[in-house]
Amino acid sequence: MIYFDNSATTKIDDSVLQTYVKVSQSFFGNPSSLHRVGEQANTILQQSRQQIADLMHVLPEEIYFTSGGTEGDNWIIKGTAMEKAPFGKHIITSQIEHPAVINSMKQLERLGFEITYLPVDHAGFVNPKTLAQAIRPDTILVSIMAVNNEIGAIQPIHEIAHVLADYPSIHFHVDAVQAIGKNLDQLLHEPRIDFLTFSGHKFHAPRGIGFVYAKKHRLLQPYMTGGGQEKDMRSGTENTPAIAAMARALRLVKTDEAKKAAAQAAIKKYLVTEISKMPNIRIFSQMNDQFAPHILCFSILGVRGETIVHAFEDKDIYISTTSACSSKKGEESSTLKAMGTPKTIAESAVRVSLDEHNTMAEARDFVAAFHEIYHHFEKLYA
Amino acid sequence: MQYTEVMARYGELSTKGKNRRDFIGRLNGNVTKALRQFPALSIKPKRDRLHLVLNGENADAVMNALGKVFGIQTYSPVVRVAIEDFEQVKQVALEMVNEGASEAGMSFKINTRRSDHNYALDTNDINLAVGDFVSEARPDLKVEMKRPDVKVRIEVRRDAFYVSYLTIPGALGLPVGTSGKAMLMLSGGIDSPVAAYLALKRGVAIEMVHFFSPPYTTTNALNKAKELTAKVAAYAGSINFIEVPFTEIQETVKENVPEGYLMTVQRRFMLRLTDKIRAQREGLAIFNGESVGQVASQTLESMAAINDVTATPILRPVATLDKTEIIDIAREIDTFDLSVQPFEDCCTIFAPPQPKTHPNLERARYYESQLAVTELEDRALAGIKVSKIYPEDKFLTQGMTSDQIADLL
Repeated sequence: MIYFDNSATTKIDDSVLQTYVKVSQSFFGNPSSLHRVGEQANTILQQSRQQIADLMHVLPEEIYFTSGGTEGDNWIIKGTAMEKAPFGKHIITSQIEHPAVINSMKQLERLGFEITYLPVDHAGFVNPKTLAQAIRPDTILVSIMAVNNEIGAIQPIHEIAHVLADYPSIHFHVDAVQAIGKNLDQLLHEPRIDFLTFSGHKFHAPRGIGFVYAKKHRLLQPYMTGGGQEKDMRSGTENTPAIAAMARALRLVKTDEAKKAAAQAAIKKYLVTEISKMPNIRIFSQMNDQFAPHILCFSILGVRGETIVHAFEDKDIYISTTSACSSKKGEESSTLKAMGTPKTIAESAVRVSLDEHNTMAEARDFVAAFHEIYHHFEKLYA
Repeated sequence: MQYTEVMARYGELSTKGKNRRDFIGRLNGNVTKALRQFPALSIKPKRDRLHLVLNGENADAVMNALGKVFGIQTYSPVVRVAIEDFEQVKQVALEMVNEGASEAGMSFKINTRRSDHNYALDTNDINLAVGDFVSEARPDLKVEMKRPDVKVRIEVRRDAFYVSYLTIPGALGLPVGTSGKAMLMLSGGIDSPVAAYLALKRGVAIEMVHFFSPPYTTTNALNKAKELTAKVAAYAGSINFIEVPFTEIQETVKENVPEGYLMTVQRRFMLRLTDKIRAQREGLAIFNGESVGQVASQTLESMAAINDVTATPILRPVATLDKTEIIDIAREIDTFDLSVQPFEDCCTIFAPPQPKTHPNLERARYYESQLAVTELEDRALAGIKVSKIYPEDKFLTQGMTSDQIADLL
């Protein structure tokens, strides 16, 4: 089996799963309990937070645990909206955000907020100048992703930060779900960023766990209210087993991160080189530092993405149409659409997404399979 | 703002005449210790200040650690701009003004100093050029000479421009170690960690002496004292923790001394033991967290009856502070939450219900003389354990060892 769908989800790491099991069985207490069993769980919780903060080079009090990327995005967007509504009801985002962002915005629109959905250029990038022009006196939030999940385009976060330097009261949120473990810390450490969203299962941690970085002193309303966990910002009994597992997974993914990202980039480069030898191909993810090292989006023109996915599946190779979230709905990619890609081309796009466990040997098998599939559908090419 | 350096100005030590070199050397050593978690950082001590070149380390994290080093008056994050790139100086100045004066109507000032007098532009030229550039970009701001909201300082040195606008107060005090070494009697309550902090602030290198009485006191109580030491060690780089087994003495005292004098005699043992440890370890004084009149052992009569065992200076930094004042400091140094965790310590255990608040010195001496003092103390001293504690050390991993945690995470 060749698993090339790591942007959809990753396989949980064995030792991470062991941590999950050990904490569930041996340290199952509620961190809020006063007794020893509770204290043990609380110790694990706080140590996990410390480890994650250290790995991200932020303060432990700036890390909040959530159920994943979708919750993180929802919380920061709606939490900012609730907090800052008295000051303004205008929010800026882009047309290529993850549905967790887009649909949160849609919901806020129905509540009377005004949302500017910034367009992207033909390559898939938000233009910081357009963003600057969209800013109004009542703008309260800018939410732009770090790495696009469909084509891997790295958005100009530093340039946007530079624009926002003149507007210190605007919250700057970055959905960094696809940016973790890909040697992009330089991007994520941009000091103007106020909030970052992360999801555990994108880096070999379990499902149902994620974390948010929220800069100290930046105000946000809680999204989940209740027993006051996470300093009253995210109530609900802490998912200690998953939190500990995620802390371990983050440590593992951060070990030799640069080397691992370079290896993925090398595989991607090889794939791009081989695939683009064929005439009837369109590549959306370029081989330069404006694109993440692990995502490769391409089209075999004239063949629907779904067909290509299944053709690879028959050879025990797993890729996806552009994003797992929309792939079952049969819609064309929203990112490619925003880029102005014609519908027929967008419908034929597929995404290969790598992680540190993928090998060059797998890439060679993939290329061999690709050639067979490419020739198999030859009669479809105009 | 992408800072490249942090500049720290020395505190009181500027006035210390020919001892200056020792002070700077010590401060430099302390800063190095406090910042050892930042491997890329390079530290350059100068005559009246310290330059920390970040080399990519996080400025906020570095300043957070630096803010706990005594002997520093103030510090400023700085952006270094190559001497050829005057245009960039304007950009950086503008960024700083934007950061510090975000609202319309606020004011700024550009303040240039040249230590390289050969530079083509003089201070006025630079002030004007940069000021004009900022004014043009931010017409909503005023220029104000007397009390501007933002004062951007540009220093012209031979190699580069150094641009800054923030001046953050440091921890003040004297570099730890410049005032010699002393023992601090650490119980685990609120007061003694505060006393430790204040001793460090005046440059005293302290070592913690902690009495513990298993099985009456739990490992948690011992670990709590160690963790408090780790908190205070943030101001010292590291602190030696000396644990003294006290069970036998407490049991013996309890058995043989009338109830009203239990506390006084126990305290005399503690002080005498601390003084012996001090002599062995070549300390000059003993610090404790006593506050006049706070509890029975801290009345002046009690102090006199206990202090009787030694002529070594006993320093009590919180002697004249109210409890609320002590708590304020404890919160500031982040020891309060830890101090109030309810573990039995050696002071609360064996505490008589009605200790004498006005003990008689002669009677205390008499009751004590009935005990085999030297033998008891020799056995206690034979059992002491010394460990070095660093700021990031954790001991209160309640019910979990650090190995267990490392195994999970």
